[in-house]
Amino acid sequence: MIIVFFVDFFIGMVLAMQSAYQLEQLGATIYVAALVGVSMTREIGPVLTSLVIAGRVGAAITAELATMKVTEQVEALETISLNPVRYLVAPRFLALLIMLPCLVILGNMMGMFGGYVVGVTQLGLGHGLYIDTTIQFLTRKDILTGLLKTVVFSVIISMIACHQGLYTEGGAEGVGRSTTRSVVTSFILIIMADAVLTAIFYFANT
Amino acid sequence: MSKEVVISVKDLVKNFGPRRILNGVSIEIYQGETLVVMGGSGCGKSTLLRHLIGAIRPDSGEIWMFGRDIAKLSDDEMHEVRKKFGMLFQSGALFDSMTVGENIALPLREHTKLDENIINIIVKMKLELVGLRGFEDLVPSQLSGGMKKRVGLARAIVMDPTIVFYDEPTAGLDPVMTGVVDKLTIDLTKKLHITSVVVTHDMNSVFRIADRIVMLHQGNVLQVGTPEEIRHSKDPIVQQFVAGSAEGPISFFQSGDDYLEHLTAGNT
Repeated sequence: MIIVFFVDFFIGMVLAMQSAYQLEQLGATIYVAALVGVSMTREIGPVLTSLVIAGRVGAAITAELATMKVTEQVEALETISLNPVRYLVAPRFLALLIMLPCLVILGNMMGMFGGYVVGVTQLGLGHGLYIDTTIQFLTRKDILTGLLKTVVFSVIISMIACHQGLYTEGGAEGVGRSTTRSVVTSFILIIMADAVLTAIFYFANT
Repeated sequence: MSKEVVISVKDLVKNFGPRRILNGVSIEIYQGETLVVMGGSGCGKSTLLRHLIGAIRPDSGEIWMFGRDIAKLSDDEMHEVRKKFGMLFQSGALFDSMTVGENIALPLREHTKLDENIINIIVKMKLELVGLRGFEDLVPSQLSGGMKKRVGLARAIVMDPTIVFYDEPTAGLDPVMTGVVDKLTIDLTKKLHITSVVVTHDMNSVFRIADRIVMLHQGNVLQVGTPEEIRHSKDPIVQQFVAGSAEGPISFFQSGDDYLEHLTAGNT
């Protein structure tokens, strides 16, 4: 959680500074607030938070399930008539499905706070004005599409992580291999899904 | 002793890719006996055991257990059958995230509606059977290899199964612990009238626990007999295995192709 806050906070700052550099030439630095707010909720927040969680939680899930697999614990579950999918996958899936959107919402706030810090201290924007502009430009649709993306990403992370974990073979080396593959696959799929979803939302709008 | 057949394996065949692991294995296992399946590494004995617990399905052949051919059961039906037998895994396969007590109680909690107090009593009784009463609250990482196996055994018998499978119960244990686990196997079979199927290649332990022995070799049943019959077998492969000598019909060279040909294969 701290990692997510840390990353989102600094990305918010970077976003503010980069957009200020461009918008200054138009004399429209106030739009920094709008740009940071909208791009955080629609795009950067969900994607970046999901990537961090894929690297942190996804890897942990894969490593845990993979270790259980290579030490026969998964087979032991089966021989006492417990379904590994119900017993191991379902709780992790639900946990991510609920917690990732919560994290994204908090992360978005941190990102906007990062932008606010830059806007108020460096760009000379009034602090009331910055907050008002952010709220004014942020529509409900921005927030909803961002959260919908997050839900898709959480499914990607938990499914890839559990699948890689449960299909591990070959001892400690296999655990390492699965964990790496889990993170890499999640990263690629999250970014691909993001492109597809963004396109859908964009074209559905017009 | 009446010889009621509890497990009957008929013409079991299994291939992994191009390699034939089991080549028409047929075995009958009787009620209340300890049957040891032995054979060298790669002879198919672990594969046979995994068929018996329904972890893998045969390419052809039948496995009759509790009056049903488990090779043809659906996953749900297999779940029902699995509740009637226990399995001790090579490494114990205890769940790391749970204490010893929770490990043993898990099948009861999931499959029965017993009161929590009764479950606690059963857990203590099973731990007493394997000589580990008072260890309920430890976690598996605090246990030695022998203790893990004994806890695994307690978990395997917690549902009072009629059959218990053992996968190399003495592998990696010191001689004293081997003796302890062997004695437990014998005790459980005699006291609880459990049918035990043990896969092992530890010859000392084989002759201590076995009522009958099945010798597997290259996916075939080479010989079935009492420990005495196996000890005095005329078969050179069985003889070599019992004596544990490197010289004999079992070659330690596993590659089939010609050595000279293989050495010079890439050369021009």
